[in-house]
Amino acid sequence: MSSYRNVASLATKNIVAILLSVVTLLPFLVVVLNSFATQAGADAMQLHIPKVPQWSNYAVVIQQGGLVNAFVQSMLLSCFSVAVATVLAAMASFVLSRNGSRTNRVIYYLIVTGIALPVNYVALMKIMQLLHLVNTTFGVGLLYAAVQIPFDVFLVYGFVSSIPAELDEAAFIDGANALTLFFRVIFPLLKPVLTTIVLLSFIGAWNDFVTPLYYLNSAKKWPMTLAVYNFFGQYQSSWNLVCADVVLTTLPVIALYLAGQRYIVAGMTAGAVKG
Amino acid sequence: MKVQASGKRKSMKAKIYPAYFLLGAVILYFALYLVPGILGIYFSFTNWNAYSSKMHFVGFQNFVKIFSIGENYLFYIKNTLLFTAVTTAVKTVLGLVFALMLNTGIAAKSVHRSVLFSPVILSFLITGIVFRSILNPATGMLNTILRDIGLAPLAASWLVDPHIAFFSVMGVDVWKGAGYLMVIYLAGLQAIPSTYYDAAAIDGAGYFQRLWNVTLPLLMPSIVVVVVLNILYGLRVFDIIYVLTNGGPGNLTEVINTVVFEQFSQGAYALANSLSTLLFLVMAAIGFLLIRAMNRRIVQA
Repeated sequence: MSSYRNVASLATKNIVAILLSVVTLLPFLVVVLNSFATQAGADAMQLHIPKVPQWSNYAVVIQQGGLVNAFVQSMLLSCFSVAVATVLAAMASFVLSRNGSRTNRVIYYLIVTGIALPVNYVALMKIMQLLHLVNTTFGVGLLYAAVQIPFDVFLVYGFVSSIPAELDEAAFIDGANALTLFFRVIFPLLKPVLTTIVLLSFIGAWNDFVTPLYYLNSAKKWPMTLAVYNFFGQYQSSWNLVCADVVLTTLPVIALYLAGQRYIVAGMTAGAVKG
Repeated sequence: MKVQASGKRKSMKAKIYPAYFLLGAVILYFALYLVPGILGIYFSFTNWNAYSSKMHFVGFQNFVKIFSIGENYLFYIKNTLLFTAVTTAVKTVLGLVFALMLNTGIAAKSVHRSVLFSPVILSFLITGIVFRSILNPATGMLNTILRDIGLAPLAASWLVDPHIAFFSVMGVDVWKGAGYLMVIYLAGLQAIPSTYYDAAAIDGAGYFQRLWNVTLPLLMPSIVVVVVLNILYGLRVFDIIYVLTNGGPGNLTEVINTVVFEQFSQGAYALANSLSTLLFLVMAAIGFLLIRAMNRRIVQA
């Protein structure tokens, strides 16, 4: 009796698990299938495998949607901001974690509070204007870096405390200065946590839509998200093309997720589990 | 001797942990993140707008406008709170139920985990565009499936019907976020030592007794952080609503940040900034409490 109940409960559990996964995957599947459909075929976005896959959709989208340029813009913004934020946040976290003076503790808490704070895009406009950063890729890249810093510092700070400080002292006695100590000895040891923040920040910058909406007004500076949104506005009736556009924009993120899932999950759950 | 040693230690500290290591991060974060937020408090007492180069001090005029009954701003604030409360509650509960269910006895558990986690890495923009299609009343996949399985009466104008549009938006948000919370809870569940359950079983505790007396109390730290993170996300929601309904039908799904963008686009900077500042102050307070709680836990540990 009890084993019968166990089997029944196991079966139910597994069926529910499969249903949940299917519900999650369906939207992905619909988009991929319809990105190969003809315009008429994608009219009602359904789960049909197109008879003749329309690879040309992708060619059309890349040309009409200006995706090559948008891809380059997205890459520039994401890579630049991630490089700047990662190096600066790692350096700061190292010193904040090792030298817990009163001032440093205040600085740490001020930075980490940023995880909770919203960006005031309106007031920020004034500062961006002042610094001549409005409508520049450089400015938006710096902004992304600034936004990434609080979470980066939070994660790296915790990781640094797991590296024994005796290492620093030994290096110092061997004649290393601060820069050699940090970049030669500490930086390589931070690799796991840096991988996590690089992946998360890259995905964050790649996916962002609000910042360019506020600060980039010339179309040639638009990243993928804004290009896709604009394309969607113009081609709303051509769902096959919109789908192809969506696939191309999402592909890099999915690739990173598949390659670095362990790090991404670790980073995104770290804050919640460790508290 | 001792004094000398500690003096030496101090000078070494200054040499290998130099303050200039902080400069880059501090300057960038303060200039582009913290200062705008604080500057915003000042601007919210002015009549800053796109049509005049001069800013005048107007006292509480912007806030009086925001909190007056004759305007719609209170309704947008209420919407923001409703969105935050509903999505936080539903995601927290669903995530927990899924996690409890999938914690043991599931074939290919890691595959399910990867799949259920995946929507969180998608951009809100893409999610919004895809669900605009899925929720289309005439041709969308959701209504088609409902009709195919004989539930035609449930088919609805998801994003257009004034009674359900806001809930549809929340539903999409739940689709995107519930799996992420589930993974957090799964990690928390795995950290609970099985000896607790063994002890409870010896005491003759049933499933719900174990859930109530062992699992939930030990999972509480994760639950609290998850709730706080979701509140922080809900209050600043923008993309998903902008893309799905752009505040419509009418202004029924308008929230603080969609209004901020609209006012900003129309050049009404002072008002947009005042709304943004309200949000900043509320979230700064939450952030402050959060940091204090975290700090206390570290001290305790």
